[in-house]
Amino acid sequence: MKYLANVATLRLDVEKCTGCRRCVEVCPHGVFEMKDKRARIVDKDLCMECGACEKNCEYGAIRVDAGVGCAAAIIYGILTGKEPQCGCEPSGGGTCC
Amino acid sequence: MAQEKPCCCPKPPWVAGTVDTPSGPVDRVSTAWSKQDARGQIWCRLSNRHRMNYTVVPGLYAVGNADRQSPVFVSANYKLSFDVLRRALDGIDGWILVLDTKGINVWCAAGKGMFGTKELVQRIRAVGLDEIIAHRRLVVPQLGATGVAAHVVKKQTGFSVAFGPVYARDIAAFIQADYAATPQMRRVCFGMRDRFELTWMELVPALKYFPVSLLVLFVLMGLRPEGIMFAWGIRGVFPMGLALLAAVVAGGFLTPVLLPFLPFRSFALKGWIAGVAVLAAMYAALETLLRQNRYYLAAVYLAFPVLSSYIAVNFTGTSTFTNPSGVRKELKIATPLCVLLVVAGLAAFVIGKLRAWGIV
Repeated sequence: MKYLANVATLRLDVEKCTGCRRCVEVCPHGVFEMKDKRARIVDKDLCMECGACEKNCEYGAIRVDAGVGCAAAIIYGILTGKEPQCGCEPSGGGTCC
Repeated sequence: MAQEKPCCCPKPPWVAGTVDTPSGPVDRVSTAWSKQDARGQIWCRLSNRHRMNYTVVPGLYAVGNADRQSPVFVSANYKLSFDVLRRALDGIDGWILVLDTKGINVWCAAGKGMFGTKELVQRIRAVGLDEIIAHRRLVVPQLGATGVAAHVVKKQTGFSVAFGPVYARDIAAFIQADYAATPQMRRVCFGMRDRFELTWMELVPALKYFPVSLLVLFVLMGLRPEGIMFAWGIRGVFPMGLALLAAVVAGGFLTPVLLPFLPFRSFALKGWIAGVAVLAAMYAALETLLRQNRYYLAAVYLAFPVLSSYIAVNFTGTSTFTNPSGVRKELKIATPLCVLLVVAGLAAFVIGKLRAWGIV
């Protein structure tokens, strides 16, 4: 299954890539592969913008506008001008006793 | 200080003895699920309240005969995440380091930074992990990578992070392969069964508004120039409520389950099509029940699929392959169209009403 084409904000700066393979390791959709000891984007449309690759790229070669993906959260964000927040927030209850 | 459990807590039933460490005894967990654990999992799929309060105490736990060389698996303190991990570790001696993610699962908590670098670094220090084990390697679930920067953890604690497989069931194979995951183990799936299990949580929030909606429909259908007529209300609320329920089921159940089979990539469009299709299948019944009032019928067909579409587009938050940029694009295009359809539906309803009153 693929989502909308040409919308993902993922960008890879191959110049900064050292070929550490972290992005290949963390991506849950196989967006990256190694070619000539550098990372390469296989299919950008598979990117879900989770941000794992950017977070784990020590060399700052990857940029992506990561965030929560549910519509209610994004509508909330647009209406309130705050960060999108989804319904799965912690209830804050104590864990024990 | 290996654990930070308050003294008043009774041991949970899944604790089976302790393992001695230089930092004191650590609770050993059973790798088998009790009936209670199995029931708890089912409730997580059915009740939001249960799901949001299903937690374990953060800290270090032992599995089997964990010793100084045993691997350390990092997890969240959502009990279902923890349960799935300990079950997968059957026959493996290891440690489970549970982070405080406020009862949220690994992936969602990682997206919010609760399953994150800072919490992991603090938890490593809090349990005195460097005194308990001799090696310096942690296995962090791959989906935790959204919150955990491996190179920062290494810098701050000396522990290197190996991202484990997406699914706990692959952990045994991952260890066998000397901490290497196959490309298959690195992919997140979203099969029909996964989608089916998640539908109830889509339907419940929508159905919460159903009784109120019925009341509103009752009042609208019963409305006469001289007041609200009970017989009209009852006669009208039945087909309208039926159509409304069908629209909710189309968006919250059929769309997720049939996701890859519905045309177009846009969830808003998929949901709208499912809504139209289900209501079209009910055309004969609705036509009879609405007493041939074509304007009421038009109102149903114009406005109700918008509800299916809205519920469906919210499934992007649950799905594992949609991205927020795409959702923003969908909303930008769909919102004005949806407003237009609802306004048109309301207009049709008003005309239908006026005709029923014999005014036009």
